[in-house]
Amino acid sequence: MTDRISPTFATCREQGRAALVCFITGGDPTPNDTGAMLDALVAGGADLIELGMPFTDPMADGPAIQKANLRSLGAGTTTADILEIAASFRQRHPQVPLILMGYANPMIRRGSDWFADVAKNAGVDGVICVDIPTEEDGELGPALREAGLHFIRLATPTTDKARLPAVLQGSSGFLYYVSVAGITGKQQAAQASIEEAVAHLKSGTDLPVAVGFGVRTPEQAAAIGKVADGVVVGSAIVDIIGEHGANAAPHVREYVASLRTALGAEEVA
Amino acid sequence: MTIQNSLRTQPDEQGHFGQFGGRYVAETLMPLILDLEKEYRKAKQDPAFEEEFQYLLRQYVGRPNPLYYAQRLTEELGGAKIYLKREELNHTGAHKINNCIGQILLAKRMGKTRIIAETGAGQHGVATATVAALFNIPCTIFMGALDVERQQPNVFRMKLLGAEVRAVESGARTLKDAMNEALRDWVANVHDTFYIIGTVAGPHPYPELVRDFQSVIGKETREQILEAEGRLPDSIIACVGGGSNAIGMFHPFLDDPEVEIIGVEAAGYGLETGQHAASIAGGFPGVLHGNKTFLLQDEDGQITEAHSISAGLDYPGIGPEHAWLHEIGRVRYEPVTDDEALAAFQKLCKLEGIIPALESSHALAAVEKIAPTMGKDKIIVVNLSGRGDKDIFTVAKALGVEI
Ligand SMILES: Cc1ncc(COP(=O)(O)O)c(C=O)c1O
Repeated sequence: MTDRISPTFATCREQGRAALVCFITGGDPTPNDTGAMLDALVAGGADLIELGMPFTDPMADGPAIQKANLRSLGAGTTTADILEIAASFRQRHPQVPLILMGYANPMIRRGSDWFADVAKNAGVDGVICVDIPTEEDGELGPALREAGLHFIRLATPTTDKARLPAVLQGSSGFLYYVSVAGITGKQQAAQASIEEAVAHLKSGTDLPVAVGFGVRTPEQAAAIGKVADGVVVGSAIVDIIGEHGANAAPHVREYVASLRTALGAEEVA
Repeated sequence: MTIQNSLRTQPDEQGHFGQFGGRYVAETLMPLILDLEKEYRKAKQDPAFEEEFQYLLRQYVGRPNPLYYAQRLTEELGGAKIYLKREELNHTGAHKINNCIGQILLAKRMGKTRIIAETGAGQHGVATATVAALFNIPCTIFMGALDVERQQPNVFRMKLLGAEVRAVESGARTLKDAMNEALRDWVANVHDTFYIIGTVAGPHPYPELVRDFQSVIGKETREQILEAEGRLPDSIIACVGGGSNAIGMFHPFLDDPEVEIIGVEAAGYGLETGQHAASIAGGFPGVLHGNKTFLLQDEDGQITEAHSISAGLDYPGIGPEHAWLHEIGRVRYEPVTDDEALAAFQKLCKLEGIIPALESSHALAAVEKIAPTMGKDKIIVVNLSGRGDKDIFTVAKALGVEI
């Protein structure tokens, strides 16, 4: 497979900084606007992109991303739209890793093989599925791996030593550490607990570890960037889109650039 | 029938009923539900747990409740003999309390200090608030904001019982959204909080443990019908929302092939209108709220809104064991519309002096269709899952009466 994920983390490491991973919900505020938002993420200095697939029942998300899901679905966003957004992103940005993130049901609706296939063809590099833990890997994992896509798993504060190997089994790309036991966009974890957790995860895997949930300010990003391979920011960007709607792109770009600067901006495009 | 062929040994170790069920939850919750499973296995082996459960069912809930021969209804329909399993006589007026007693005992065992639950009509919320009061554990009930408006008497009951009722403003502001919000609360409070799920849905082991606690319905029915008639019934019928009263009635009879089993789904305004809550008749397999099952959804896997006149059946999914029982053909699932349920509601009031819940009225409507086609020597048992006092406002409105 043409792997874009590990070279990206490697480049960032060479530059002595953490990778900036940015999330937005696909189709928010409309499918037509998403391309410009994604371009703004890249222009601001995002290294990897997580493109959320909207779902009616985003059980692991806080108010910000819940509203983004509603805006997107309200605008009529379909799975076909998301795939088209991904494919055109890939044409404009051949090197930037693109990850689809979402819930199981929209991914498996037409069969996991179908989903893996179309995602691959759209130029997607990996998939994060909130509600498919290791125990249900069979629902999606084999199809993704068969298609050459990374299945990126989540580790959480409740993932203890005994459980970590199970979480790592069959996961690739990077490991996403959800730093708080809770939903997206709420409180932030204490820095000390993040450091301890990253060390614990690193003792079990060579995969890069990206830390997310509750990261809002450049200062928080910088602090986490000192101990993790990547910093994930989602709700804060989604809030900007919520506030400015179709005109959000320049604001998104500016905000993302502030994060990137805080992480150590070698060369923002 | 040999044990190997038993239909009563599900789920498998992974919590699967055939292709259904499972544990489709965020990683944060996984360690917790594994822990719950371990604790449940231990509790099942512990005679003291069973003893306390039985004691409370007897002395607090008022079990066993009667299996009542509905003579006037039988005569009116002119076919099979109809028995009603009187779950509506339980404390709090429905079967929901059976499960709540079991789960609060588990919560206590696990040292949890806070209870949460979701509720639609408020029946499960009231039952949960009741046991939380009994055990002196703080309790928060999540209820869709629209349901809070529609079900004010139950909201007030929950508050009287000391529960905090949180109106959920997300999504369509009904049961499904209440469950989303309860799950969100749970991930944020994993260490001290026990989630009492109200039906046979959610991640493994919930569908199994809720079924086990509700199986008291079918076990009693079995004994009672053997005593009354000296044989098993020809048909048993129950309404299915998530499916807890139904599976509680059905499970002890699954290995008796001579007993026909019928689950009744809410067909709302009619299947053809698309406005219904019949997940089996009108849905497809998918993943929601921790398990794989039949769901009302569009071609992209977005969950669609359910509709039923009965708030307790107004859910776009069905418990995974029902999905499996449908797939293997052991249970037949029949749709009943709002109008049919309303007619059956009124009929039982007039003929038997019993005001049934609108949920249970769906099962009664199915009986009205089936009983006349059966001989007078045949026996039907229907689960009267709850009483209808809570529904009088809805029924009055549907009948154009102002109260
Ligand atoms: C009286 C009654 N019957 C049935 C139901 C449906 O739930 P289940 O299908 O889990 O029995 C409810 C739910 O509120 C109820 O209150």
